[in-house]
Amino acid sequence: MTSREPSEAAVRRSRLGSHLLSYSVPVLAVLGAFAIGAVMLAALGANPFTGFWAMAKGAFGSSGALVETALKSTPLLLVGVGITIAFRANVINIGGEGQMVAGALASTITALGMTDVPAWIALPLALAAGVAGGAIWGAIPGALKAYFGVNEILSTIMLNVVAVQAMNWLLRDPLIDPMEIERGTRIPQTARLPESTDLPLFVEGGRLHIGPLIAVGAAVLVYVLLWRTTSGYRLRAVGLSADAARYAGMSVEKNVVWALTLSGAMSGLAGAILVLGSEGHRMVTDGSTIGFTGSAGFNGIVTALFGGLHPLWTIPSSFLFGGLLVGAIALQRAAQVPTALVLALNGLVVLFVVSLDRYRRQLKEREEQSVSSVVTAAPESDESDSPPSGEDDDHG
Amino acid sequence: MADIFSATVIVATLSSGIRLAVPLLLASLGEAFGQRSGVLNLGVDGIMLLGAFGGYFTTLKTQSPWLGLAVGLGVGLVLGLLSSVISVSLLAEQGISGIGVYLFGLGMSDLLFQKLVGTPLPAASFQKSPIPFLSEIPVVGDLFFNHSIPIYLAFLAIPVSTVIINRTRFGMNIRAVGENPEAADSQGISVTRVRYAAVTIGGILAGAAGAVLAIGLGIFQQNLTNAQGFIAIALVYFGAWRPLGVMAGSLVYGMVSAVVLLLKTRGIIPLGASDLAAMIPAVITVLALVVAARRFRAPTALTKPFIRGG
Repeated sequence: MTSREPSEAAVRRSRLGSHLLSYSVPVLAVLGAFAIGAVMLAALGANPFTGFWAMAKGAFGSSGALVETALKSTPLLLVGVGITIAFRANVINIGGEGQMVAGALASTITALGMTDVPAWIALPLALAAGVAGGAIWGAIPGALKAYFGVNEILSTIMLNVVAVQAMNWLLRDPLIDPMEIERGTRIPQTARLPESTDLPLFVEGGRLHIGPLIAVGAAVLVYVLLWRTTSGYRLRAVGLSADAARYAGMSVEKNVVWALTLSGAMSGLAGAILVLGSEGHRMVTDGSTIGFTGSAGFNGIVTALFGGLHPLWTIPSSFLFGGLLVGAIALQRAAQVPTALVLALNGLVVLFVVSLDRYRRQLKEREEQSVSSVVTAAPESDESDSPPSGEDDDHG
Repeated sequence: MADIFSATVIVATLSSGIRLAVPLLLASLGEAFGQRSGVLNLGVDGIMLLGAFGGYFTTLKTQSPWLGLAVGLGVGLVLGLLSSVISVSLLAEQGISGIGVYLFGLGMSDLLFQKLVGTPLPAASFQKSPIPFLSEIPVVGDLFFNHSIPIYLAFLAIPVSTVIINRTRFGMNIRAVGENPEAADSQGISVTRVRYAAVTIGGILAGAAGAVLAIGLGIFQQNLTNAQGFIAIALVYFGAWRPLGVMAGSLVYGMVSAVVLLLKTRGIIPLGASDLAAMIPAVITVLALVVAARRFRAPTALTKPFIRGG
């Protein structure tokens, strides 16, 4: 044992390799997707270089562009952080779309009910309602998985369908703007929400509201929760090994419900911000979920993966993908390439990340084997039961 | 108001319910093949969308819905193979990889539509082919024997699939690699090959489902399927991984959609209430998932990639 034990330097080297790889997988995935995107642009008769340049300028080239990018990345960040929570507990949340809708509806109903309430009460309440709506929409599949053995992928998918139909019903009937009935136009949208629930703007008359700030705050909070509290430690322990966690006396069921509840809460907040920060200050439906969410419930998966399933890395990640969505509009103007291109590229990013993931995991396993042989060689090493610090397993 | 209960209206509604069920039926039947072999393909909706666009576009250009259907099948074949590479060979996490296929299909079909067609133009559709004699039986004839050929074929695919899965060597292999890939492997069955075949069949049927949907409507638009591919995945659970069960689930969906459509167009109930009614099948499906989780067992190796000796 002593003779085959790897040197500490070797361990450090292999660990570095694994870290490098875990960072490079998402980057390689994006590069791969962009290479295909370049081919697609060329096939569509556009010069890939001028196309991508127009995109970059449109997304990050001016203060106005940066504002749009920040707004676009807000739901991506919140959903992405929510996805991260679920993943860390080893549950898969495909229900971001439905949870956004549920949060938006709860927030809209609450806001509509507060006509004469001062802003300092009304706005927090409307946001909290969004959090609660999304949390409930996440808790249901959580409880179904924990106590009835229902696959969460399936139940979250079906709850997306239920949510969109609930939205269509509510906006066409009980919540419809009375003006729409009077005029006979019957556009499925609510009345303008009370001004007290408008998200405050940074600059009067500008576009940038406090939504992006709330999202970044939420991401930091989730980081602290996952890596600096016992509750977050339990959640990740259940994710790493349910059996071991159960053996250590943790309730796997409770943590699964908790993870999906928190995850849904994040998406619910995203939905609330989408409504309260919308230009019309009202909720509108075109009959489909993506008409409301702009696919953020799914694109959030992309940002979470690109962020290495880490709440803090998801911040720059969603800013980048928000930028892609905004840049796509500039691309459309410059090269007549439909914005849908970005959605297709996002899909490719996901495919590349999950396809490359196997190699990352293999390297990680090799690293863990060498680390564990060091640990067994030094049995008195500190096996503390306090939450481990984030640095050593950020990208597990 | 009274005429809603007349025989003609009821028959017409049920008959449209059968038509509406077909895309779901094809997609979920295909998904059942993949899941029986142990692979969850979440990308069905994306494959359906690209199959739908391929089918619509071909029909628009050639005036031949049959050629359109063939292209839909081809698109499904390619994407089914791609999905197998990702989930079988590259051992990707199946709960996510399909979302990649979905986003790709959603974006790509919209992109191609905007670039190649632009404004929605109506395309040719399948002709009705009443079956001689049978279609003349009152009520039953109109209900079951007065459809277009792809609809008959879709329903014919149900017993055929039951036989394939339960009575053929290929079906036995599918079940074996879905339940216990290690044992199957030791018996000399190539887990990889069987799963590739099953997932690709799923892709072909999803492509067909999309093409039948678009050609049946005679149009294409962004997100034409509106999550039908996802519903199809849930219907596999609803139907306990059996072709007959999958058909029953699809028919429930089709029928409820047809009834809701009828109520809406006739103004029998307020528009809002019909949206509320449209929620029923989704809620039923969630409840069915709970029952299915209790009563039926999913294929043991579902979502677990197979690594020899691993």
